[in-house]
Amino acid sequence: MTTLAFPIPRPTHPTGIWNWITTIDHKKIGILYGVTAFILFLSGGIEALLMRIQLAGPNQDIVSAEVFNQLFTMHGTTMIFLAIMPLSAAFFNFVIPLQIGARDVAFPRLNAFSFWTFLAGAIILKISWFTGGATNAGWFGYAPLTSVQQNPGTGIDFWLVSLQVLGIASLAASFNFLVTIINMRAPGMSFMRLPLFTWMTFITNILIVLAFPVITVALIELYFDRSFGMNFFNTARGGDPVLWQHLFWVFGHPEVYILILPAMGIVSEILPTFSKKPLFGYPAIVLAGAIIAFMGWMVWSHHMFTVGLGPIPITVFTITTMAIAVPTGIKVFNWMGTMWGGQMDFRTPMLYAVGFVAMFTIGGISGVMHSSASSDAQQQDTYFIVAHIHYVLFGGAIFAIFGGIYYWFPKITGRMYNEVLGKLNFWLVFAGFNIAFFPQHFLGLDGMPRRIYTYDAGMGWNLWNGVSTLGAIVMAVGVLVMIHNLARSWRKGELAGNDPWDARTLEWSIPSPPPEYNFAEIPTVYDRDDWWARKRREVRRAVPVAGGSGYDEGHGIHLPQPSYWPIIVSIGILIGGFGLVYPVGYYAISIVGVLIGMIGVYSWSFEPVNDPEDAEQAAH
Amino acid sequence: MLKSAVSLKRLLSAALLGALAALLTGCNVVTPDHSQSTFDTLGPVAENQLFIFWVIFWAGLVVFIAVEGALLYMVFKFKRRDDLDPKQTHGNTRIEIAWTIAPVIVLIVAAVPTIQGIFYADAGRYVDNNGQSNELLVDVIGHQWWFEFRYPNPNNPGEQIAVANELYVPVGEPVVFLLDSVDVIHSFWVPKLAGKVDMIPNNDNKMWFQAYAPGEFFGQCAEFCGVSHANMRFKVVAVPRPEFDAWLQHQASAAPLPSDPLVAEGKELFRDAGCSGCHAESSIIKLRPDGGRIPGRTGPNLTHIASRLNHLGVYRNSDVPFEDHANGGRQLYVNVDGIPQRLDGQPFVSEAMLQNNLKTWISDPEALKPGNLMARDGEPYIDPANELTEREIDALVAYLLTLK
Repeated sequence: MTTLAFPIPRPTHPTGIWNWITTIDHKKIGILYGVTAFILFLSGGIEALLMRIQLAGPNQDIVSAEVFNQLFTMHGTTMIFLAIMPLSAAFFNFVIPLQIGARDVAFPRLNAFSFWTFLAGAIILKISWFTGGATNAGWFGYAPLTSVQQNPGTGIDFWLVSLQVLGIASLAASFNFLVTIINMRAPGMSFMRLPLFTWMTFITNILIVLAFPVITVALIELYFDRSFGMNFFNTARGGDPVLWQHLFWVFGHPEVYILILPAMGIVSEILPTFSKKPLFGYPAIVLAGAIIAFMGWMVWSHHMFTVGLGPIPITVFTITTMAIAVPTGIKVFNWMGTMWGGQMDFRTPMLYAVGFVAMFTIGGISGVMHSSASSDAQQQDTYFIVAHIHYVLFGGAIFAIFGGIYYWFPKITGRMYNEVLGKLNFWLVFAGFNIAFFPQHFLGLDGMPRRIYTYDAGMGWNLWNGVSTLGAIVMAVGVLVMIHNLARSWRKGELAGNDPWDARTLEWSIPSPPPEYNFAEIPTVYDRDDWWARKRREVRRAVPVAGGSGYDEGHGIHLPQPSYWPIIVSIGILIGGFGLVYPVGYYAISIVGVLIGMIGVYSWSFEPVNDPEDAEQAAH
Repeated sequence: MLKSAVSLKRLLSAALLGALAALLTGCNVVTPDHSQSTFDTLGPVAENQLFIFWVIFWAGLVVFIAVEGALLYMVFKFKRRDDLDPKQTHGNTRIEIAWTIAPVIVLIVAAVPTIQGIFYADAGRYVDNNGQSNELLVDVIGHQWWFEFRYPNPNNPGEQIAVANELYVPVGEPVVFLLDSVDVIHSFWVPKLAGKVDMIPNNDNKMWFQAYAPGEFFGQCAEFCGVSHANMRFKVVAVPRPEFDAWLQHQASAAPLPSDPLVAEGKELFRDAGCSGCHAESSIIKLRPDGGRIPGRTGPNLTHIASRLNHLGVYRNSDVPFEDHANGGRQLYVNVDGIPQRLDGQPFVSEAMLQNNLKTWISDPEALKPGNLMARDGEPYIDPANELTEREIDALVAYLLTLK
């Protein structure tokens, strides 16, 4: 094999665009994830604003019915798969290795591959706006509305291929983080000393690994129905559309926790730091997270209470759904226990974290209202549900993510954001959010269904729809303030120093921004909140517990090197994906994509290692 | 210190009162005679579901006030005072057990009426295993984007009577609905009478409801079903049993033969322009020998379109309200021999309004219901050579106006 010496050396681009393309540094990939996902978040926000403008008054004709249906489908898909999940992934990437005292993730090239494949999936989805219409069957894509007979255009194909590609990205990233968290913890970092964000990341990634295969199967069946005339969901030939719903929600409900658990992790970092107290009931919060993740598999049919499953299944899923409120409540109460008696410092991240607890509680209460199938019969598919999901996913997930952005901004950039603008941003978003979404509870209970592109003047829905649109605009202004603040501070902010918050976890023990190698010396961990304990010079009574490969093995700092091949494989997947949407000439385009991908994987495997020690040995 | 505590308390209670007031105003604005309000229940199923909502609402309100109140309290009470580290507490088993058990109790309170409600709303109580029932059974069939209703023909058990977009039910009796769809998933929802149940192809769903009093109730499809989902609406008309029987007899009758030349031209055109390819002029549909339902024509049955209170289930054909809200909802309409009449004996349906509605619709169906099959596939709408002239539209409308 050595005779087939690999002709292309490993890239060495210390700066510039090639550095970003070939990087396998988890911190840079985290920034790539974050910036890309934030831009996509803005695109989903624009879709939402267009809908809100259309619904600001009755019988408006600003967008057509068809465009409106594309807008809400794309808004849902974008926010879930292209905004919240990758924004969480941005934190996984940047924060997890730093929190566990590692120099990178377990599979750095795979990490780069995850990002580029995510970008490929995002391109495939978003480009469908310009190729004859985006998907228009809802983010849940209920059969048979997604069938070729109902939906002959390419919108559905772009949507389902994009979800498959995003699934590849998510699965690769999840395996990576699971392996990283299990194996790369610093010496002494036992599981019960893991920072809460790392714990929730760990649980989230287990959920992703288990949930995405289900949607993968469902999407393959749908693709076969559409492209090869099969009949999984084709009702004309006896297919069962309810099968799709089961498959979708067996994935879709754990997906809800995939979205919220990282947010809970972020809040569990921010609250102790700015209360100057350790997390109250750490084991209970960890266990509650694990129970939520486990029970998340037993509640999917609460999305299907009106499907006619029969009273006994409905009763079972009502009970399991109500039961999941208990571990969720435990988390909320423990967060309050954390703040109780603390010295709460209301910097912007803390405002978002407290806002999270307040808003998520409202979403949780309205969630219990439709966990009851009887009460849900009037709420399902109305604006009441729209209000609920935005209280848990915006007031919940996005609040936590915004808080996390402000919290780790000094660590990521080395600079402080502007606190005044940060607070202005919070209050605008907080006020706008409540003005936009609280009235939607009223609209739903007043009988306004979701996903309607217009409504009559006489229905009594005019006032609250107008108010809701106003709130959406206030929120948009708030987000603009945030963009301005972050973009400006990234270049011109004051230097932050290593530990501006007097925080608790290991990432704050190193310089901001962290050097490429993160830790000059891998720390030994003696305590939960080890960095806090170290700063307070608390007695190190605990005996270190063996971690994974994080042990410094005597040689110098050993860093993985950049690579061209992850992005090449992702480009192959991108082209292959387009080929699945346009199956011209026996899938010729897909075959080209597969070939590029295979070349990429092959080259990846045989890529030379420019190891300084190897070079040293070769010199001897 | 004392002073700040007092002002804090005042601030807190003011904030809570404000939130509560906003909540109650919200509910109040929702509640009154809004056509699809789930608070204004007029049947036992919706009433039961509302009761369960209130049980959870009040329990939830207690949790809301406790959590948000405590949060507000802490925000003021534990605001950073100095640079000292507070007492480092790691947990408290007793408190943690308490706040695990408390929600369980609240949830049991919510679960008991819920489970009773689930079985109460289930139509299984009225239908035996063979699909037979002592109550009126109505087939509800979803189409993009209209509702078809089929009644058993009282004169012939082997036949059904098909109507579209207006569902008549007798007052004070449970009515059982067998839900189906010919294309995609729809959902059958009349907020004032009962929560929704989906209409799914190849799935036999059932539901039931009952109307306490005569009235006209708004219904709307609640499952996203394509381009014109927002326009898939219908009306439920509850009338006393004798009026219902007369109405059903009238629906079973054939449409009158034309007498006027314009009407005769319209009737001919109805065939020649292709309307009759999708729209039936007879409401009778035979059942299969085994009792199974056969599909009807693609479009709504038009046999008695001129006696419907609303066009497309949405646009009113009468300037008289159905009920007199000022006088406790007194009914302003009676069915005489199946034809709706005002209390003064005049026809309830205003010919001018119906004419206008029909003309608007036939001239440009895409404008009212984007994506509908008639505009998409109908010969006069896709082939410019066959486009309807003004006179042809008038003739068609004149014919339809006779279908009382």
